[in-house]
This record gives sequence, C-alpha cells and structure tokens, in this order.
Amino acid sequence: MILTRRTLLLGATATLAGCDRIARQPLARDILFSADNFHAWAQRTIMARDALAQEFRPEQISPFFRANGTANPNTPAYKALWRSGFADWRLRVDGLVARPLSLSLSQLHALPHREQITRHDCVEGWSAIGKWRGVPLKLLLDGAGLRDRARYIVFHCADDMGGGTAYYESIDLIDAFHPQTILAFALNDRPLSVANGAPLRLRVERQLGYKQAKYLMRIEAVESLLSIGRGKGGFWEDRANYDWYAGI
Amino acid sequence: MRTAAMRLDISTKDNRVMAMEPPYAPEDMVRRHRLTTRLWHWLNALLLYILFTSGLGIFNAHPRLYWGQYGANFDHAWLELDRFPGWITLPALYNLALSRHWHLTAAPIFAFALLFYMLWSLAGGHVARDLAFRRGELAPRHVWQDICDHARLRFPTGAAALRYNVLQKASYIAVLFIALPLLILTGLTMSPGMNAAWPWLVDLFGGRQSARSIHFLTAFALVAFFLVHMLMVLLAGPVNEIGSMITGRYRLPRDRP
Repeated sequence: MILTRRTLLLGATATLAGCDRIARQPLARDILFSADNFHAWAQRTIMARDALAQEFRPEQISPFFRANGTANPNTPAYKALWRSGFADWRLRVDGLVARPLSLSLSQLHALPHREQITRHDCVEGWSAIGKWRGVPLKLLLDGAGLRDRARYIVFHCADDMGGGTAYYESIDLIDAFHPQTILAFALNDRPLSVANGAPLRLRVERQLGYKQAKYLMRIEAVESLLSIGRGKGGFWEDRANYDWYAGI
Repeated sequence: MRTAAMRLDISTKDNRVMAMEPPYAPEDMVRRHRLTTRLWHWLNALLLYILFTSGLGIFNAHPRLYWGQYGANFDHAWLELDRFPGWITLPALYNLALSRHWHLTAAPIFAFALLFYMLWSLAGGHVARDLAFRRGELAPRHVWQDICDHARLRFPTGAAALRYNVLQKASYIAVLFIALPLLILTGLTMSPGMNAAWPWLVDLFGGRQSARSIHFLTAFALVAFFLVHMLMVLLAGPVNEIGSMITGRYRLPRDRP
C-alpha cells in the first residue's frame, strides 16, 4: 500500500470537508452548540458559587496590557463625552429594578471600591494581567433593588460595531453578584484609557475577554435574553455563535 | 489450521503461567483485543482527529506561544508560526467559534472515555497483564536488543507476537498515562472558570500560557506517536493489524524462513 503525500492530503481534506458538511446539519449544530451548556453546568457544579478567580502579585502584571475588542468607539457622541473628560457621562441602571439609577463618574468614585490583579483571557488564546479598581456591581444592583423577575444583567456599550449596533453583553445573577465582578474605572492605577474601555468597563473574572464589556452606558436587568439583540445575549454570541457562557 | 478462538489471557492472574504460553501454532487465529479496547481505540481515532484539527483552528486565532502566566503580542513568544492551512483545520475556513464548538464538544467525551478506559484497564488487568514491564525487560541489554530488532524490522513471529515488546509498552504507557491526561489537564487549565474552581491546575503548569504551550507540544508529540504507530501497522501487516482492532481476532504471524 503506497500512501503518497497527495493521497494523505486529499484524504484529510475530504474528511474535514465531511466534518464541515456535518456542521451545517441542524441536529449536528444543535449538539455542537449545546456543549456550552454542559460545560457551564459542569463548571457550576464543581465550583463554589463565590469561588474566586486567581489574583496575582504586582510584579506579575503584564508590562503592557493588550486591549481587546474595540480600540476606540470613535462615534461623535463618544468623542463629545471624551472631550469633556466624561463629565457629562452617566451610567444608567434600569430595567427590572425598583429604583432606576443615573450615576456620574464622580459618584461612582465615591462608592466603595475593590482592587484586584487578575488575568484577562482572550478567546483567541492570549492573556494579560492587570490591576483593576472599580465598584462592585452588587452595590449598584442592591442600590437599584432588583425585582424578583430579574434573571440577567445586560450591559449596553458606546462602541458602534457597525450599522448602528452598539456592543452588548450579559451575565447571570451568579456572576453579577460575585465579589470580583466590578465596574472598573482604573487599570494599573490610572484612569481607564480609551483603548481599555474608558470611562467604565465590566470585569467578570471567571469568563473570557469578550464578556468584559467596555464603554459602559447602561446596565439593564431583564427576565430573559430573548429580547436583547438577536436573542443569544451578546454581540458576538448573536453574530458569530460565540458561547454565552464563556468560562471555557 | 486451528481457528478456535483461544484466549490469550487464560492465565491473567498469574504471570508465571502466562510465560508458559499455550501451544499456539503460526497462522492460528487468536483473540487479541477486547471489545472495550477496540471501541476506545476507534472512538479515540475519531475524537483525536477532531480535537487536533479544530485545535489548530483555535491556535490560528493567536499563533504565538508563551511561557508563564501571561502572554500577548507585546510579550516574548518562544514560538511564532504562520496560520495552519485550511486543509488541516476544522473548519477549513477560519472560524474560531466553530473550531471551539467542535473542540469543546469532543473534549469532554474524550476525557471521560479516557478516564473510563484507564480505570477499566487498571482494574480489569489489562495494564498488569499486557502493559506492565516484566522482570528483566528494562535491563539495558534487553532494551538495546529490542531497539535493534525494531531497526532491522524484525518483528516477532508466532505466539511471541502477542506480547508487547518493551518499546511498545513504553509508548503505550506514555500515551495512556502521560500524554493524554496531560492534554486534558492543560486544556482545562486554559479555562478561566476552571481556574476559579481548581486553582491548583494553574500552579501545576506554572501559568495559563505555559499550559497552552504544553497543550500544543503534547498534541504534536501525539502526532509523532500517530505517525510511528501508522508506520508500524503498515510494516507489521496492515490487514491483520487493523482487522484485529476491528474484530478482535489476530492471525499469528508465520515464522521467518
């Protein structure tokens, strides 16, 4: 039996083409795309609800923190906010809450802070370690008073991802009330740069980078994700079939 | 020709009895691979193929490797590659989300199958019977003899072909108990959720980026094993070897003239 490189190449390509065809079948897609549910269930089962993401020592911080996602929203509205030093920026907290909030940056600065040196893991495979300072999300949610029906927290952002659609992401209440889930306004002891999400970004440390919504404008408590975007809970989830649970 | 499917491992519990081999004749058909082994082997062939090709698709998203806790474009990469071509990635066209769906669907099946097979082969005697080194096998002279036999392509004949030689044992043990578990553990270490659940994983491998590098290196070590494995099957008689992994029955090789 003589296996030439050509035969091997053809064989490999044909098999992979077969896999690609399988991935287009509805049932196969359902199976492939529901592995996320298994991983989410498995991780939540073996992990304490408040299990902390690793925190690092100051000397372990990346020399240069690579920014993820949008580098600059560059919309007229965002530029106007940036020019005023975000003095006119407000964070709205609304949806299924008893007392909707509208908070300025200085009001957020006045709230209790948490500081954490954590690792940012991009879905692409790279990691960067940085020191974040911000307000625990729990404080705002408690202040606004979640209604009983609220199940998810949605983050609406200022970066236009094309066609007038702004970035959005969502997490469930387990992550929303996690002690390390903060709305960060500082990275490595400096106010957030535009590339890293100025003036405020989410840190949800047990998940991948695309969950860490930047340029926050509004936080909305909802009962279901079906009415958000195209129904999968996030910009990349809706556009590119990324997993909603990004703990893997 | 006797075709009675004699069990090779009549004497599983006692190595001394095993050494006294039943009276096999060349060309006898004997039972060689258990059903569990055969199922696991072919499931692995499929899953490792999916895992390797989708893994290359994931790697293409950031084809750089680092040592330590962190690593991104501004940090020193010990390896930087071009993207792997479409004929070897799953899917062929770059699609990180779909590569991840394939990888993360196959990975838990692969992991639990390995766990089951390890427990089965430890508890059921497969390891003790077929994989554990016998007295004297690790003596330098014996190992050297085995290397020479391999180099001259002098494969054992008759009943001797039923026993794994020392190089085979070493490579199967290395794959089953080192390489495959290492792939699973380093894969888990890349998960930020698992890092919170089992922080010792990150400490074990010295950081997430180290784990990613070890994951990549182990995957290619496994490819090297696969190539040698294919070569050995081809040289030892592919019909008999592959047939025995499908039906479980193996024809004893004839003595060399």
